[in-house]
Amino acid sequence: MAFAAFGQNAGPSTVAPTKSGRVAWILLLPGLMYLGLFFLTPLFSLIITSLQVPDASGEIGRYQYGFAIENYWLVIESYWPHIIRSFAYALAATVLALLISYPLAYFIGVKARRRPLLQGLMLTLVIAPFFISFLLRTIAWKQIFSNESWIVNSLQSSGLLASDQYLVGTPFMVIFGLTYAFIPFMTLPIYSTLERLDIRYLEAGADLYAGPATTFRKITLPLSMPGIISGTLLTFIPIAGDYVNASRDFLGSTETAMIGNVVETNYLQINDYPAASALSVLLMLAILLLVTFYVKRSGTDDLL
Amino acid sequence: MHKLATEFVARGADLELVGIRKEYPGFTAIENLDLHIPAGEFFALLGPSGCGKTTTLRLVAGLDEPTSGKILIGGKDITATKPHERPVNTVFQSYALFPHMSVLENVAFGLKQRKIAEPMPKAQAALDLVELGHLALRKPQQLSGGQQQRVALARALVNRPSLLLLDEPLGALDLKLRRQMQIELKAIQMEVGLTFLHVTHDQEEAMDMADTVAVMNKGRIEQMGAPEKLYDRPKTVFVSKFLGQSNLFVGEVVESGIESVSINVSGNKISVPKARAENQNGTIAIGVRPEKAMFHEQEPQRSSEVNLIGPGEIIDIRFTGVSNQYLIEIPAIGNVTVFAQNIGKSPVVELGAKVWVSWKVEHSFGLADLPANTHTESISVV
Amino acid sequence: MRKFSFGKYALAIYSLLAIIYLLIPIAYTFAFSFNDSVKSNISWRGFTLDKWTGVCNQQGVCEAFANSVLIGVISTLIATALGTMIAIALVRYRFRFRSAVSLLLFLPMATPEVVLGAGLASQFLSMGTQKGFITIIIAHVMFCLSFVVVTVKARVASLDPALEEAGRDLYGSPAQVFWKITFPLLLPGIISAALLAFALSFDDFIITNFNAGPETTFPKFVYTAAARGIPAEANVIGSAVFILAIAIVMTVQIRTSIKQKRLSK
Repeated sequence: MAFAAFGQNAGPSTVAPTKSGRVAWILLLPGLMYLGLFFLTPLFSLIITSLQVPDASGEIGRYQYGFAIENYWLVIESYWPHIIRSFAYALAATVLALLISYPLAYFIGVKARRRPLLQGLMLTLVIAPFFISFLLRTIAWKQIFSNESWIVNSLQSSGLLASDQYLVGTPFMVIFGLTYAFIPFMTLPIYSTLERLDIRYLEAGADLYAGPATTFRKITLPLSMPGIISGTLLTFIPIAGDYVNASRDFLGSTETAMIGNVVETNYLQINDYPAASALSVLLMLAILLLVTFYVKRSGTDDLL
Repeated sequence: MHKLATEFVARGADLELVGIRKEYPGFTAIENLDLHIPAGEFFALLGPSGCGKTTTLRLVAGLDEPTSGKILIGGKDITATKPHERPVNTVFQSYALFPHMSVLENVAFGLKQRKIAEPMPKAQAALDLVELGHLALRKPQQLSGGQQQRVALARALVNRPSLLLLDEPLGALDLKLRRQMQIELKAIQMEVGLTFLHVTHDQEEAMDMADTVAVMNKGRIEQMGAPEKLYDRPKTVFVSKFLGQSNLFVGEVVESGIESVSINVSGNKISVPKARAENQNGTIAIGVRPEKAMFHEQEPQRSSEVNLIGPGEIIDIRFTGVSNQYLIEIPAIGNVTVFAQNIGKSPVVELGAKVWVSWKVEHSFGLADLPANTHTESISVV
Repeated sequence: MRKFSFGKYALAIYSLLAIIYLLIPIAYTFAFSFNDSVKSNISWRGFTLDKWTGVCNQQGVCEAFANSVLIGVISTLIATALGTMIAIALVRYRFRFRSAVSLLLFLPMATPEVVLGAGLASQFLSMGTQKGFITIIIAHVMFCLSFVVVTVKARVASLDPALEEAGRDLYGSPAQVFWKITFPLLLPGIISAALLAFALSFDDFIITNFNAGPETTFPKFVYTAAARGIPAEANVIGSAVFILAIAIVMTVQIRTSIKQKRLSK
């Protein structure tokens, strides 16, 4: 149910699938073949590209097949700060998003339960950012915190920022933007587990001498763990690969470049396909590690 | 098991509700409730859904706050305390067993919260008491409904509360299991001597288990007493209907003697002993239980000790095993139900037979109110 | 009975602040769609409706928008058809390799966009495919597919299979049962899946950027414009799409809550 929050909330099916046979594969094959062709094969292309070597002509953007495992060492050597930065930003933004989202999801899913209209309105507002371009929202933040903005001016005049210090281009601003962009991805899965949380468990906790804090720690939190885990995955993974927030034209600067920025630059601007692919493969491996951990913990049934 | 049980003895406390009122936006769940439950008693709150019985229980548990009034346990005012500060435990209707904990952890939860020494052995002992010691390490979802119910009971009992609240704990079980659990629950209550407050809509369950039954309706207690007394002398139409079945007759009081009060129902005189009549003048309702009435194929001798109506016609006969139930239509009076014990003979009369109905005056009861739809002079409520 | 406590309202206030935080950039974008800007839309220069009335006067905005809508519609149709079939199979049928299939469907959602984009671009590069309109659609169908499956699957799972069995019992052929019973009941789920797919496709930038070649879309237009300042016309389009989407969602929600109220009475 990791992503169930994006669909309608339907209870888990109590009926085991009964029909079997070829019909299943007729239904499955077109979609699965599509994913094989345009999701799995590209991943292999990525691995092959990551091992390529420059071809004899020496022209930019022209490579031939090879087995240059050293490409990986090269990108790690050149871009280790970006790799570390990506995961550090992703971690910080994920934690912040969790801190903002959990109380919000709790309010919508538990406190607002008796007022369906309020609940619906708040849910709509949480997903409202999805309806307006991600890039426009990020630009809006850039302008709100721009060097000429009253926020920066008042921070400078109050001495919190030096007169030559600004917000845009700093790690703070990038993490701020990343946190903002992914709050709905954190809030919705947590909401969908909390919304199903049976209040009677909390009442039973109180009845059995647990105060509100203990009830939260021992009952609410463990029961909402599936939502927290999928929210964390849904937030951490895209953040680790994001390159819009950290881009120079948006909230970042060259000092805040993340893996995504390096991949974009290498791929689309200097056409160093092997380096860009090697970095992508490394990112993918890190993510697969995370997903494996998740599957080990919850099984594949809960994935979808 | 007996060690655990003896630790409970005389630990039950009395519960007192004083002037409790609970309003929700738009309606009043409890109007003005005064109630005293002595220590060690098995007390049942009986009523249809929406009568305020569950609200009462939630107020005692602290899960809701009363709009006004006081709640005292063992003489101590606990109205302002939070649920986790109250010496009360609840067996929830849905059991509310924590799904992420084992059965044993569930039972030990309350002990751990209060930092009681050796929670695990004590929890295990409580599970043994309900004969589920061997399933301690299972998750609640892996147990049957009856087993879950017992775990919920153990989880509450192990804390040795002054008062145990039971919120329709048997509602989800099938009939056979329910009867079995009723016996066990009663046995455990006798053994541990706790005060039990049991909320139910099942009249048989309430009468079978409780020392005292309070019948609730529309946020008020209509009548309270030992089950036999409630059944023998219901005081309101609601109680006479909700607790068993009744034939009710409505009429003007025409005679008020030393011993009895009589009403006139379409020319028939129906009497009730004065001591069993709530009202003695004006229009009143008099009732009789169907099993206390009998019918006759020949008109019997009239007597001042017997109420006699008829003749009427048998319009329905039902065979229910232990008894036969006859529905008799009496012109100008209405339909009357009579139960006759099934003592081996096939129906003594046939459909359409002409019969008279009689019962002893001492079996009549006079009600304080009238049935809602008294458009005719008499009505039979079954 | 208890005193007024700040703690009781702390959560509500916190939630309200979080919601306001979520809405600030939207309000900002909306406000600046009325800005009488000349080139870059950074500082406030006065209120005007010109950008709304003459949105297509800005070169490239409307073309990019129209392109995004077209790509969104085509990708949504393909992804919804493929995804619905998979969702039905997942819930209603038993088959081998179920875990592998689940994993294959999950991974595209769990893969960073930059990896999806670069991977597909590598494949097009090695196959010598010219990047453009078609490659964008191929990419969009790929990442929308799993989200469709998840959304429709929830709906299929909530359907009582006995309904279909009743259809069979009442002399419906498998095809009749599907079109007369299953499909109408699944329709709300399919519609919300399609809306989600369209939203994902319409707003995608990262994957598109890797596979668009010279083709432009609305997000790509915004990204390119970001370096020199985004024109207010982009805000107009963003705001208009937002208002339309919110209106649809609100209508659906109010209608369902009215329905529920009626049912509960």
